[in-house]
Parts: sequence; structure tokens; C-alpha cells
Amino acid sequence: MDYLTVIQILDSALRLATPLLLTCLAGLFSERAGVVDIGLEAKLLAAAFLSGAVAHTTGSIWIGLGAGVAGSLAFSMLHGLASITFKGDQLISGVALNFLAAGLTVVIGQAWFKLGGRTPSLTPDERFSSWEPSFTEAMSHIPVIGPAADELIAGHTVLTYIALAAVPLSWWVLFRTRFGLRLRAVGENPSAVDTAGVSVVALRYAALVIAGVLCGLAGTYLASLAAGFVKDMSAGRGYIALAALIFAKWRPWYALYATLLFGLLEAIGNRYQSISVGDFVIPVQFMQALPYILTVIILAGFVGKAIPPRAGGQPYVKER
Amino acid sequence: MSVQTDKGRQETAAPTASAPAIELRGISKAFGPVQANKDISIRVEKGTIHGIIGENGAGKSTLMSILYGFYKADAGEIFIDGQKVDITDSQAAISAGIGMVFQHFKLVENFTVLENVILGAEDGGLLKPSIAKARKLLKQLSDEYELSVDPDALIEDLSVGHQQRVEILKALYRQADILILDEPTGVLTPAEADHLFRILDGLRAEGKTIILITHKLREIMESTDTVSVMRRGEMTATVKTAETSPEQLAELMVGRKVLLRVDKAAATPGAPILEVENLRVKDDQGVERVKGISFEVRAGEILGIAGVSGNGQTELLEVLGGMMDGTGTIRMNGEEIDLTGKYSDGKSRRARGIAHVPEDRHDEGLILEFQAWENMVFGYHNAPEYQKNALLMDNAGIKAMTQKSMDKFDVRPPNPLLEAKSFSGGNQQKIVLAREIERNPDLLLIGQPTRGVDIGAIEFIHQQIVALRDEGKAILLVSVELDEIMSLSDRIAVMFDGKIMGERLPSETNEGELGLLMAGMTGEDA
Repeated sequence: MDYLTVIQILDSALRLATPLLLTCLAGLFSERAGVVDIGLEAKLLAAAFLSGAVAHTTGSIWIGLGAGVAGSLAFSMLHGLASITFKGDQLISGVALNFLAAGLTVVIGQAWFKLGGRTPSLTPDERFSSWEPSFTEAMSHIPVIGPAADELIAGHTVLTYIALAAVPLSWWVLFRTRFGLRLRAVGENPSAVDTAGVSVVALRYAALVIAGVLCGLAGTYLASLAAGFVKDMSAGRGYIALAALIFAKWRPWYALYATLLFGLLEAIGNRYQSISVGDFVIPVQFMQALPYILTVIILAGFVGKAIPPRAGGQPYVKER
Repeated sequence: MSVQTDKGRQETAAPTASAPAIELRGISKAFGPVQANKDISIRVEKGTIHGIIGENGAGKSTLMSILYGFYKADAGEIFIDGQKVDITDSQAAISAGIGMVFQHFKLVENFTVLENVILGAEDGGLLKPSIAKARKLLKQLSDEYELSVDPDALIEDLSVGHQQRVEILKALYRQADILILDEPTGVLTPAEADHLFRILDGLRAEGKTIILITHKLREIMESTDTVSVMRRGEMTATVKTAETSPEQLAELMVGRKVLLRVDKAAATPGAPILEVENLRVKDDQGVERVKGISFEVRAGEILGIAGVSGNGQTELLEVLGGMMDGTGTIRMNGEEIDLTGKYSDGKSRRARGIAHVPEDRHDEGLILEFQAWENMVFGYHNAPEYQKNALLMDNAGIKAMTQKSMDKFDVRPPNPLLEAKSFSGGNQQKIVLAREIERNPDLLLIGQPTRGVDIGAIEFIHQQIVALRDEGKAILLVSVELDEIMSLSDRIAVMFDGKIMGERLPSETNEGELGLLMAGMTGEDA
């Protein structure tokens, strides 16, 4: 494995980690506020579909992005309505939304474009273009640093940079602002927030709005990257993001590392379709299953104790 | 007043000098068919400690919830400093200068003290300035009122007494002039409780008004200026504390004469029933909670184990009841019993004649979602008399038995089909007690028999325990209520840090000596 291959795998890892990171941060805000969000997958799908469809129809990925975020937000609010306002079971609401999104995107897609549920391919103009600043190009002839700068710093779309910027921003919001203090408190002990005269419901909805926007970005990223929407294109990324969230112990910086690890595994799986160990050839399916295997391992609790927000999963009901 | 913050307060017109701090006029609140508060009127004078006493379910908590904006009253008016106020939510209550210290603290466990204090009362979008300001103010408050607490400690690392101080600090930080405390001493040691009342005295001296909700007569008598009694949703009386007596208050609370002292003859202990030698118990984390204790309980006597909760009494009861493993020797009626392995479970213990009324009746004594008749046979459900045939249980028979037990133990309402959770604390405890006593055990283990139980039921439960003793049974009583230990026990052992600090006869000791033993000081120091 030469240096350039390593750089290319890392580049690919960053590319693949972007939607996971955005989704993971979405889950982080939601769960830190005490709303378990298994419906991340639904939001990804809704955003990917709407952004693909609208970008194609209008010819602008920016309008597509708006539509994607709106679609994701709509699902987020539906989750809020069921689990905050009507105090329903958050898991059931999330699972129901996942089914709803999986079916609805295909049905509407078929009715709209008659392409078997997919959206028409997006032209390069209808996708995010990658950032190619002149300084990395100028640096590209420098050994070692040059290729790294060219592959890793440049060559990504705006959403990757937003995702990376969202990490310190999330940390700052959660741990340095009044809003963050209240948000974390509502995920730990909502009655403490309530008796302090702050609305539990408003805080939890606010968290879901943030989650909706972040998932909207992630879904749009998927559609832009794949040049259109196809059925089930999120491919379980919502669940992987949840696993990464547990792995990250509900902390923004750890979320970055966790999702980069998942991205790396996926990149390795994509690059090395078959590896021989002696006479035995590791099947391609195994390599591609790596991120999902890690998900199972994490969810089974093999990576140390992760303490979730204490009020997670419980609708807040005032007690006497 | 020396506490100043720049947080806004609704400006009110200058109050007249004689206006009470709080006045309620005709407050009523119903939940469906249940009238929780009936036409309640009360005046609480400024700078006083006003007690509100009543049994569980008398409507104290509902009334306070209305004052703190949790519920809207169906009728009635609230005046603060003579001004009519409309308390629609907690924010309105805080703005009106009301601070509340709940029985179950409203603190975020993994936040620091400072973070908890400022939560909801921050000074701007960023935390840093608020934290700095709160740190300064906390320092000032702790010097002034003996409210010292480490501002940077996490709540989960603080003792219960310190957590309560944080709650008081929270209220003072919000410039509360009226402090409501709901059953504040339920979780405190005697020393912590004394400290709390010193704090309250200090606050009163600064002109704060304090409402103390409790069911403990002694606290009312010792610390309040005025006391109001509630019964069945009504305010039955408001009297000057100096002009009343515990007996009179108890009668007002219950509606009949109540025996406050347990009436019992001297014990006539027989043969040893339970003998414990060098018992050691480790918890899940491998920490030794019981550190080699030895004692015996004889037939016809009550051995009371006193101590601040968390000093190994819970583990002691659980090992004896078959819920935990331990090492050492335990003999029951002279025969050794297993402390580990297959025959160390609750079923084996019951077969040996050990009955267990656990400390936590919600988690261990009952299944709250199940009906009373089902709860009445748990642990004994395999007994032959409860089986109809090889396959089915005799449900009709169990219900009839439950009905009889409920009548005998005065469980109200006496309805075997009601879910356990819909009974009051005292009646739940009577169900557990009936289940365990009616099986005629040789030894009764009983933990916190009257925790969360109202005064009328306490009297009844105490009588049942004494009656069981008089039948010649052995009783091991664990309680954090020193009063209860003093009045029920024939012998008292004090536990501290997993060891027995000493044994005393109730007639030859006093609360002061026991309190020192509970704090880990040996007899010589005491």
C-alpha cells in the first residue's frame, strides 16, 4: 500500500463519513434533549428524495437542499408531535417514521417521475461542486504534503466543510451556551427544567428542529453524491449514526472520530473488494459488511460503558 | 436583605405593613370525582415558619402544586404581599418570589452545583458570566446561612443533605422571599435535619417566609411559629404552635384520638430464633457493605437496628431475606441456613419461617400494576392451599382470603381487585404486612415499616408488630426513624459503616447517644 493509496482511502473515508457525521450530530442534539431518535433513517431518506427530485425539477441543488431540509424537518416535527406533544413511545414513533419514509419516497417518486421510484439523474449543475482552491493545486507538486492537501483539504463539497465545522459549533452550543445547558438538562432531568420555569416541550422541539436540519443536509449530500435518489439509498446510515452516537458517548468530538472510523471501514471495504489471506480469499461481501459488523459490536456493548442521557426515551409527564 | 441579584421581579405596589406574605382564599381543586382541596383559606405571616401538617392524601401536595403553578385551582384566589397574583406556571411562581424545595429533588445529577443553580435563571446566552456571578453569590449565601457546598461538585457526588442545600440555594438565587419545603427531613440524618432547621431559622431572621410541609409532629412542634392542619382536602385548623400539643395536632389530622406512644408490655424473650455470626456482605461492585456483624434475635422480642440509611442495614435485610449472598454463619431455630447457592433464595427463607417486609415496597414488596389479591400471595403462590388443581390456581379462594386479610388489617378501600398502585402508602404497607404476618412466620424482617405512611396507619402497623411479638415471634426491625426504633424496640443495635457500633436498651439510652453512635462514634466517645 503506497502513500497515495493511503491518502485516497482517507479522502474516501472523509467523503463517506460526512453524511454519518451530520446524522450523528442530529441524533446527538435529539438524544441530549431526551428524545430517542431511531427515525434518523427516515429523515435521511426524505431529504435525499426531496432534494433529488426538487434539484432535478428546478435545476438548482440549492433549492433542492431547501426542499431536503424541509422534508427532513417535516419528519422531525411528526416525531415531535407523536413523542413530545402526545407523549407516545419514542421508539415506536421512530420506527413507524422509518417505514413511512421508505414507502412514501418510492411511491411518490414513481408517481412523479415514473422511473420505478428513483429520481432522474442529476446533471453536474444540479449537484454540489467540489471546492478546488488554487492554493492546493499550487501545492500539488510538493511531495508528501501536496497530494494530501489536494485530496484531503480540497475536493469536497460545501456540506463536508459544514459537517466538520458543525463539530466544534455543536460542542460550543452544548457546553458554553444557556441553550445548551438547558438542552442537556432536559435530557437528564426534565422536571428540573420544568420547575425552573423553562418549557420542556419547547426545548425538545428545538432539539428536533436542529436534528431535522442536520439530517436534511445529510440526506441532500447523499442525493448529490449519487446524482439522484434511489430506493433505500440511505442504506441504514441512520442506524449506523446511532451506533456511532453510542460509541461517541453523546459527545460532539467523539462523534467526529466515531463517524470517521465508520467512514474508514466503508472506504476500505470499497477499495479492497477481495483480500487474500494465504489461500483464503475474504469475500467482498464481508468487506462491505464491515461498518455494519462494527455497528453490531458497538450496540452489543463491547466498547465500554456508555451512559445515555438519563431521561432518554421517556415522554415528560408532570408529576405531582 | 443582603442578597441582591439584578434579575427582574414583577414590581408590586408598596405592600401594607400588615399584609401577609401569602394569603389563599377559597382554593378548591378536584381531580375527577376526588376533591383534593376544598375551599382552603390560609394566611401566612411574613417572617414566620408556617407548618402544614396532614396525612398522606390530605391535599398538602396539591395545595403546594397550585402555589407553584403546576395546577390551576378550580376556584379561589392567591395574594402575595397583599397583591392578587395569577400563578399560571412555575415561571410565574418564581417571579412572585416563591421558591420550592421538593421532596424529590429537582436537580440534574451530572451537572455541577453552579450549573444547577443557574439553570433557568441564566443572565444571557452565554454561560460564563452567569457562572461567575452565581459563584460569587453562592459564596455570600453560604457564609450567611451555613449553606456551604462546593460550587464545582457534581450533584451525584454530594450527600443528600448537601443536595438539599443546593435546592435552597436555587430558590435564594432566584430571590425567593417565600420558601416552601415539602417533607424536607424524610431523607436526612438527625444531624442534617438539625442543620436544616438552623438554616431555616437564619432565613426567617432575614425576613423570609417559610412554609414547612411535613407529617412529623416533632418537627412542627420544634420549628414552626404557626401550624395549619389539613384533613381530606380541608384545612381543619390553624393554630399557634406554642398553644397546641402533638396530641391535639394528631387528633386534628386523623379526626380521632391517636396513640402517639406505642403501648406495649415488657418483652419476655424466649429461645434464640435468629443467630448471626460474623456476617459479611459484598455488593455488586465488590464493596463490603456488612463487615462482620454478630447478633441474635430471640422469640418474643423486637431487635431494632438504627442507623443512617446506607450503612449496611439494607444489605443485612437482603441477605437475611435471601435477596443477596453473604458469608458467615446464620442459624434459624438452631439450624444453619445457606448464604449462597441454590438454597439461599427467598423461597428457601420462607420455608424456614422467615417473613420479609422489604424496605422498598414499591420495588420489592409489591408489583404496583398487579391487583391486591395477586400481590397478597406473591412468594407464597406455590402454597398448596392456593392451588385449585395441578394446573390452575384457586383465584376465587385467594380473593376471598385477600378480602378477609384486608378487613383484618383495615386496608382501605377493602377491594381485592384494585391495583396495588391505587392504594395510599399506608394501605400498600398493610397489604405487604398482611401477606407476611398471616403466614405465621417465626421471624419477621421488617425494613422502614412506616416510610411514607400516614400517622393513623403508623399506629396500626406498630400495633400489629407488637402483637406479633406478643405471640412469641422474633422481629428484626430496621428503620432510619429514631422515634420508631426507640418506641418499638426491646433492644437497639446501631449500625454504622457496615458494623454494629453498640447495643443499648431503650430505657437506658437517649436520642443523643444513639445519634452519636449513628455517626460512627463509639460508646467511649459518646
